[in-house]
Amino acid sequence: MNTKRLILGNEALAYGLLKNGCQMACAYPGTPSSEILSAVVSLKKEMDLDIHAQWAVNEKVAFETAYAGAQAGLRTAVAMKQVGLNVAADPLMSSVYLGVKGGFLVISADDPGPHSSQTEQDSRLMAVMAKLPVLDPDSPGQAAELAGIAFELSEAFEIPVMLRPTTRVCHSRQSMDVEKIEMTRREAAFDKNPGRWAATPKFRLQLHKELEAKLTKIADYEPTRPRLVSGTAKGCGQAIVVAGVAAANARDIIKERSLDIPVYQVVQPFPLHKEFIRQMNAYDEILVLEETWGVIEMQLADKNRVKGKNTGFISPVGELLPENVEERICAFAGVDYQAPQITMLPGRRPTLCAGCPHRASFYAIKKAAPKGIFTSDIGCYTLGCNLGAVDTVTCMGAGISQAAGFTIAYAKNEKQPPVFSTIGDSTFFHSGIPGLIETVTKKIPFVLVILDNRTTAMTGHQPTPASGRDASGDSCIAVNIPAIVKGCGVNFIKIADPYDLPAFIDILKEAKAYCKENGPAVVIAEHPCLLDMDRAELKASFKKVIVNKDICDGCGYCVSHFECPALGLNNDTEQVCIDPGLCTGCAVCSFVCPKDALVLENQE
Amino acid sequence: MSNNQQIIISGLGGQGVLFITKLLAGAAMADNLPVLTSETHGMAQRGGNVISYLKIGEFSGPLIRPATADALIALKPESFAHHSYFLKPGGLAVVNSPNPVEDDRYRVCCGDATALAEKAGNVRSENVAMLGFFLGAMKNDTHIFSPDSLARMIKEKFQAKPAVAENVLNLLGSGMQLFEKR
Repeated sequence: MNTKRLILGNEALAYGLLKNGCQMACAYPGTPSSEILSAVVSLKKEMDLDIHAQWAVNEKVAFETAYAGAQAGLRTAVAMKQVGLNVAADPLMSSVYLGVKGGFLVISADDPGPHSSQTEQDSRLMAVMAKLPVLDPDSPGQAAELAGIAFELSEAFEIPVMLRPTTRVCHSRQSMDVEKIEMTRREAAFDKNPGRWAATPKFRLQLHKELEAKLTKIADYEPTRPRLVSGTAKGCGQAIVVAGVAAANARDIIKERSLDIPVYQVVQPFPLHKEFIRQMNAYDEILVLEETWGVIEMQLADKNRVKGKNTGFISPVGELLPENVEERICAFAGVDYQAPQITMLPGRRPTLCAGCPHRASFYAIKKAAPKGIFTSDIGCYTLGCNLGAVDTVTCMGAGISQAAGFTIAYAKNEKQPPVFSTIGDSTFFHSGIPGLIETVTKKIPFVLVILDNRTTAMTGHQPTPASGRDASGDSCIAVNIPAIVKGCGVNFIKIADPYDLPAFIDILKEAKAYCKENGPAVVIAEHPCLLDMDRAELKASFKKVIVNKDICDGCGYCVSHFECPALGLNNDTEQVCIDPGLCTGCAVCSFVCPKDALVLENQE
Repeated sequence: MSNNQQIIISGLGGQGVLFITKLLAGAAMADNLPVLTSETHGMAQRGGNVISYLKIGEFSGPLIRPATADALIALKPESFAHHSYFLKPGGLAVVNSPNPVEDDRYRVCCGDATALAEKAGNVRSENVAMLGFFLGAMKNDTHIFSPDSLARMIKEKFQAKPAVAENVLNLLGSGMQLFEKR
């Protein structure tokens, strides 16, 4: 088998991992990294590979699990998005000191833009802080290539290696050859050495010394040396240094405009090769194109000759689009550039799907506590902000601790607003539990609504620990959310389906009253994500709602307060209309109209 | 006729932008041409404006610069308003719209793919109808997107569901006819 496939960057990464003998891969989903582990699973099945693939409860657990495999001499990898690396920062920092036996790759996918993230942080800066080498691919094909180089580098110096793709690598597709993988398995062989693997601070100093020595050698490592990708090395005048997707864009533009400037691609932004730094000293002016911060730029010796992110020549904010690359290269080279006329229109805001059970939950929360403060979390349900039922979103798991913080902040006020917190099932497992325990001990008066749709929806429906299935789709032990909540010490736990809106609102009101005197009340909103449901099942449960034309006066209450994409105002009739292509027949809107104009078909 | 093609596919999350991007990419790969695409994932897929970039030929970067695209497939009239700036002057835009869309900077062709899909009893397949419409419009611009190779891929993709394959192929055909009958 040797066929061309149109392969997603994340699939190419997975292929690169497996082709180079990766035996354990762990991950927590997060855009743009999520498809890496799913692709590991598909390749494992397709090519019948005996490897371990695991969705972990969070990035820290994923990291530590995969790291232990590398301590035991296997080639392993962990994958996450950039903010996930914050969660895994603790094991990252320590593991770099301790090092590895088998090759260990830390894949952290950055999201310049940001398209689907809280920040535009640059994982390569985290690599500088943790002192591990980082590789920066420019395309799916190069991501696969660098996975192999990274494993060799990792084993040559017994050090974890970071691979940092960005959204445009992860979510681009490229036609490339995919060959059958023949894997030679290694046996796990952990060599006990407490002085290293369980080093006390005194030994850590020694490890730090050794780490610095490793980095010096890595800054001279042949396979990751910067590559001259265009023009000829001149040793004077101008040079352009590129990395990541900016390298791919710059190559197209240099070729198209036939510019005679040497272009060097850095594939290992940290540590930057010493010889390269010396070589760059010969040029009078150097343009550095990289995302998202000036990591290469800050390592170049003479800052006065460098133009990049840190000098303000390139915007430190937002994605480095090819048109920006073209404009900046032209400005640098002193070439004419005609900017095309662009009229940007405000885009449609993303919204919860028609029939999404979260919409019913949010609507109910607004009804139960119209003047409440609503802390929330990361996931599809962040879109509850469209319904005015999400006031804060900070990071994974923060909603619960912030709910506590708000009640404490308001404690001495004359009036205390009710505080409701929403968190998805996957996020609750990821980092909601410690915060919840804390609220029990402090008797924090707030209501936690766990939006349990049985999946990690936003990132593409990965299982949660409650799903009862693992990364490969095989059945595994399911962890029970109510039991965890009870185990945390919460005494008010109610489970209900938000589709039954009136009853659900009543439960929330009951929880609100309870928590004032007794501390946290937890309501678990159970309804599966519709995108995960069987079509036939959906069809069977379809309840048709129609607009009673005699009653609807087109007030628009349902459209603005429930904001279901299937509901719209017909400008001709000045009445509400239901889009049959979008409506999922959840019938929740029949509870929403204040005039009862939205009715079940057979009840009209 | 050029083998280098840069095409934008624009629509709303859930409309099947990725599906037609993959089909067009597959057609180019059947001709042994290098292909790069770039797509929207994550939150924007929840009903927001989504865009796919398809580049065929000798390119390194996955994105398309404004005013350089050869063609735009707009699955909604608003998709044209949002993303027509990617088109080069005189570039081809096919727009899923019951009403004509005027813009003298480009070659704009409108067709009501939604109505076609509704008539076929499959409102969610307007993307396929629009793909057919695009094939009709591109016929004289390039040989890359041959209806035969697209049909082959569709049959392969829905191997297990021949009824679905037939439905999709019919819609593709009626999309092409819709262009001819304009």
